[in-house]
Amino acid sequence: MAYKVTGIRFNQYLKELEKEYLIFAPVALLGKGAFTNTDSVRYQKITKLEEVELTIKANFSAKEILLPITETLFYFNEDNWTEPKVHDKKILLFLRSCDIHGIKRLDDIYLRNGCEDPYYKVFRKKVRFCLIECYESFANCFCASMGTNITDEYDMFIRPEGDYVYVGINNKEMGRLDEKVVDLSPRFVMQNKTKVSIPKELSKGLAQSVFWEEYSSRCIGCGRCSFVCPTCSCFSMQDIFYKENKNMGERRRVWSSCMVDGFTDMAGGHSFRKKQGDRMRFRVMHKFHDYKKRFGYHMCVGCGRCDDACPEYISIAHCANRLKSIVEEK
Amino acid sequence: MSNTYLPFKSRIIKIIPHTAIDYTFLMEYKGDVKPGQFFEVSIPKFGEAPISVSEIGEGYVGLTIRRVGLVTNTIHELQEGGVLFLRGPYGNGFNIDLFKSKEVIVAAGGTGLAPVKGVVDYFADNVHEVTVFSLIAGFKSPKDILYKADFEKWQRTINVIVTVDGSDDETYTGNTGLITNYIQDISIENQSMANVIVVGPPVMIRFTVAEFLKRGIREENIWVSYERKMCCGVGKCGHCKIDDTYICLEGPVFNYVKAKSFID
Repeated sequence: MAYKVTGIRFNQYLKELEKEYLIFAPVALLGKGAFTNTDSVRYQKITKLEEVELTIKANFSAKEILLPITETLFYFNEDNWTEPKVHDKKILLFLRSCDIHGIKRLDDIYLRNGCEDPYYKVFRKKVRFCLIECYESFANCFCASMGTNITDEYDMFIRPEGDYVYVGINNKEMGRLDEKVVDLSPRFVMQNKTKVSIPKELSKGLAQSVFWEEYSSRCIGCGRCSFVCPTCSCFSMQDIFYKENKNMGERRRVWSSCMVDGFTDMAGGHSFRKKQGDRMRFRVMHKFHDYKKRFGYHMCVGCGRCDDACPEYISIAHCANRLKSIVEEK
Repeated sequence: MSNTYLPFKSRIIKIIPHTAIDYTFLMEYKGDVKPGQFFEVSIPKFGEAPISVSEIGEGYVGLTIRRVGLVTNTIHELQEGGVLFLRGPYGNGFNIDLFKSKEVIVAAGGTGLAPVKGVVDYFADNVHEVTVFSLIAGFKSPKDILYKADFEKWQRTINVIVTVDGSDDETYTGNTGLITNYIQDISIENQSMANVIVVGPPVMIRFTVAEFLKRGIREENIWVSYERKMCCGVGKCGHCKIDDTYICLEGPVFNYVKAKSFID
């Protein structure tokens, strides 16, 4: 079920929602792309539909709204600490099916792996999803292979068509539009050009295989694959103090990646996975093997952003398919 | 809701220097804690570091800290009566009950002795609760030997072998050579029943376990404790993960049957 409303009416609706919600959606940042004259599509606060970039895949996922790149855990002075204030508003996120599945993975780590993360929990409770439909697959997407192309975990969905917007409401909290009602459910991509099949059993032998060595010479350890990934959720702790008053500062957590130097460094000089090939293995195994052992489904949601972002043209989809063929040859 | 990332203040009751760079800080602490568990220890402005519990007493815990970085260097400058910030304890730790009424051998390399020291302390004090208890500890050189006073005490009740990798100290009259050289010589009363705990740097663990397996110790009777980078201690930051295992949650103490399958 959906309402058919004009674009103007839809923007009014967003304005009404703004009383209760901060609204975040993918926005094209002009000229901010990797190359001259290209845009970067990232999550920004929006107030009207025209600001939202719906036609291409966001370069970064909605992850950074829930897990900021840098997040203050507490402020301290010499003797005490204070937790940062959390705003009262709920959050409406415009995102695609794969990213909704990505947030499910973040929930696993931050709410179901050991104790609940207090910061994530408070934030997560406030988040509502507005599903962006995918009419056709983008480059490097393989959501259908990962089973993340379809979702019913959305609070509303939109389908802009000409001067009109179809607005599907799946949660009473999102209100009513008192406009013409039509029978409509969201469309999903059912297949992608890129297909990935994951070997059922990735054995210990394969983990030690020379297969990974090739990546040692190709991967430069920049970590872009992790930073654009909707499911990469690792962080490091960081203390900072203020230039103006060195007795005051804050403890933060910042995004981190198993592909980047220093991830496993311990005081005293020990570290693990020094070669990029070993880091690639570690990351690929997490996405397609050991996460599933722990949580029951694969971590990777097939959004293909790592393949989009890699400056060395390394493809995780290709890597997974190669592993499959190696396993089947045996 | 309680926030696990917020530390609590703990006063330094006593500082025990062992070597030029290793001190044990006895910290005020009331609450449950097991040997082999760890605290995230911090000084605001400088950061946090995971430090395992090396001693457990009434109202305090001991943290043996080597100065090897910004956080630990700063901690070493503190005096008795000063304050550290702690959160924890985290991790599974050693289950003392598991070793009761058994033959137990502990092999520790360097600061690897710290996480297992609580087990040694307990059975050295309650030696009737095990059939035999032996400790083999290896250090780089005589000046790196930790817990000298404890070794003297332990020697009265349990079997102790201390060795150093090498020595240029002429006054040193003790054993030299790697821990692995001494494993073939220790007396094991019942190979199939004896329990072994191995803690130390990764390479030491690998070769020491191999020696014990050669001596006929069963894999399921070998326990190891792993050290990894840990930023959160509560299964979120991802640094300590190996395969599908989070060292901070399911470890750092593992049975070798599980640990042998780990690929970093």
